[in-house]
Amino acid sequence: MRKRSQRLWFIGAAGVLMAGAVTLGVIGLSGAVAFFQSPSDIAAKGATSFKQNVRVGGLIEVGSQSHGENGKLLTFRITDCKHTVPVVFDGIPPDMVVEGKGVVAEGKFDADGTLVASRVLAKHDENYMPKEAYDSLKRAAGEEGTMTCGDGAAT
Amino acid sequence: MIIELGHLLAFLALGAAAGQSFLGLTRNGEAARRLAVATAMFTALSMLTLIISFVRLDFSVALVAAHSHSQKPLLYKIAGAWGNHEGSMLLWCLIMSAYGALAALFMREGKLRDRALGVQGLLTVGSFLYLLFVSSPFMRLIDPPFDGAGLNPLLQDPAVALHPPFLYMGYVGMSFVFSMAAAGLINGEIDREWARRTRPWALGAWSFLTIGIALGAIWAYYELGWGGWWFWDPVENASFMPWLVAAALVHSLIVTEKRGGMASWTVFLAVLAFCLSLLGTFLVRSGVLTSVHAFAVDPARGTILLIGLGIAGGAALALFAWRAPTLKAGPEFDPVSREGALVLNNLFLSVSSALVLVGTVTPMVLQWLGEAKMISPEAASMSIGEPYFQLTLAPMVAFLLLFMPLAQAAPWRKAEVGPLMKWLLPSAVVAILAAIGAMALGGWGVFLGYGVLVGVWAIFGVGQDLVRRAGAGGFKRFIKLPLTVWGMAIAHMGMGLFVIGATVETAARTEQTFPLSPGQSAEMSGWKFEFQGVTLVDGPNYVATRADILATHDGRTELLQPEQRSYPVSEMGTTEVAIRKTLGGDMYVALGDQLRDQANVWRLRIAHHPLIDWVFGGAGLIALGGFMSLAARLRRRAPTNAETTATEPVASSADKTGAGVGASA
Repeated sequence: MRKRSQRLWFIGAAGVLMAGAVTLGVIGLSGAVAFFQSPSDIAAKGATSFKQNVRVGGLIEVGSQSHGENGKLLTFRITDCKHTVPVVFDGIPPDMVVEGKGVVAEGKFDADGTLVASRVLAKHDENYMPKEAYDSLKRAAGEEGTMTCGDGAAT
Repeated sequence: MIIELGHLLAFLALGAAAGQSFLGLTRNGEAARRLAVATAMFTALSMLTLIISFVRLDFSVALVAAHSHSQKPLLYKIAGAWGNHEGSMLLWCLIMSAYGALAALFMREGKLRDRALGVQGLLTVGSFLYLLFVSSPFMRLIDPPFDGAGLNPLLQDPAVALHPPFLYMGYVGMSFVFSMAAAGLINGEIDREWARRTRPWALGAWSFLTIGIALGAIWAYYELGWGGWWFWDPVENASFMPWLVAAALVHSLIVTEKRGGMASWTVFLAVLAFCLSLLGTFLVRSGVLTSVHAFAVDPARGTILLIGLGIAGGAALALFAWRAPTLKAGPEFDPVSREGALVLNNLFLSVSSALVLVGTVTPMVLQWLGEAKMISPEAASMSIGEPYFQLTLAPMVAFLLLFMPLAQAAPWRKAEVGPLMKWLLPSAVVAILAAIGAMALGGWGVFLGYGVLVGVWAIFGVGQDLVRRAGAGGFKRFIKLPLTVWGMAIAHMGMGLFVIGATVETAARTEQTFPLSPGQSAEMSGWKFEFQGVTLVDGPNYVATRADILATHDGRTELLQPEQRSYPVSEMGTTEVAIRKTLGGDMYVALGDQLRDQANVWRLRIAHHPLIDWVFGGAGLIALGGFMSLAARLRRRAPTNAETTATEPVASSADKTGAGVGASA
């Protein structure tokens, strides 16, 4: 095989692969992306208007955690001190999911406007709160917002 | 006093590294060699002073006060020295200078070694400047506290104590590969000899990186309490990108070494691997991410890391542009040949790395654009999750494995597909049967069948290739196959095992939550779990709520004790799961929270993770295979007289068997 055709073959193979990768990437990006929303955003637009995955950040409202009737599910409300979003999660949450502390839940809204979370994230240690939780509080309260809702301490 | 000594030693190391780089780049270097060893020794002693400060709990050292505590087991007092940003940067410097010293001691003398030591010296100088002036671990507190703040409890774990050293031996090992590439470009000699001498470094660094990543995954699996081992978290992707590129590099180096081909591509990969390591460090350390790795959320440090990445990458690419016209193209080859197969391998691996890069960086770029008010905040804050990575990478890995046995069996220059396929027919049949079997057992998921198909095909195909190489010599010849062949085969089989394990575990894992009060029991997957209640247990630096669970399976009963630990020092809790290993997978029991409205009812999370050990074992075999290839190279490079006569015939017959099936006349 000649140099020229060797190079052509190489470029052809790389081109086909790139085209495949770009196609996959675009399909993947359109299906797997979750946009962040604060509880106030959701209240403004209506929970049922979100068809795709969303990420909701904020504090877990104090006194909102419960385990439902049969104890299999965990339910709680995420608040940005102005509005709240009800969340239901089938599973055991990470250790740092505590009332009054920052949390991020990712999932889809059901017909009643409850977020059915597929993932619940908390901070990894005592020093930080998840970025989205912080952003929600900041958006709701403006630049001088505090990181608590007055009824529970948050770090 | 001792930490001041460490500080001084770090400055000495900086000076020695500066001398090393100057002498290595300008003269022929006995002096550069000595200075490289001195740099490593100064750095090692400096690290030692920091470790001593951590073990002795010298809380007047700011870093010790912030990350250690008197009630901490010794292992974690030591590991605490690198379980934080500043200490880990000192570890980075130590490993970087150690690679320089290794090269100084063991590489054959010549211009390549001297220039590589020079470039490595420059990288070491850069690292020390960052360490000493931006993130110094040697700072004192004027008013030392009575006790320290403690290490993040999640990190108080054996696997994660070893995770940073291994990961850094991989990441920073890429620095020497980079130095070799730069040295080769400076000398204008990117040839077969260059590839032969670079490959051991690439193999070593890549194998260490494999182990480092695997340790992190194992830790996530049992410490985070939800049984996942890979999250597609940006910090994980940060280590996966250089891994993919380095995997491509160890393969393209073969083509450059054996055939003299792909030289410019190989150099490019060598530069890219280290740049991605730096990018990974930037992502993890700059505070653009919030995670257990983001010790210090300090954008200034991130900016400086980014500048360093720009300088190193820019300089190397400029060198590359300058020398690229002089790089020789290798001899011609047919698309269907071992060279062709290795080109495909490189395409798939580097495109995979690019796909991971896109998925990792897109949310950060959008966020940055949003903060700069260039796009609306709604569009700026998004995340890209597992489905993207699964969808894009699964086909890449599948193709990679489909070609693997063909690549191993194909001869150089020109092969023929027909005879190869015919010869591999048994493996294909086994793979198809296995895939059908797996789908029948585990539900008819396409993903599952696909993964098992390519994994089994790879393992059996590689096995068939080994048998062919042994030829008529039978078992005796089989075990005497060269170490390089064994290394390749073990790494490739490890890849097959990993893919089977990962797809089966992902497709067939089951988990359920059971609210139980003492005396009640739950049943799952043929196991019965009787909850006997919880007790409070005191640990060295934590208080644990421990559940007693009697697990019964096949008439045998044993006690499982998952725990919830609470660390008063850091006001944090961790989940310690109980894992019962079986041949087919793990039974994974985690103690969850207590029910709010009913007293003494605890939620247990019970999961079955089939073939999870294949995931970690496969990764281990990949690393083992890499180290075996490395060992083979080291042995061949410095043969004693006796060894020369012993290994020669083996090597030459390996070349003969390497001619392969389907070779054209």
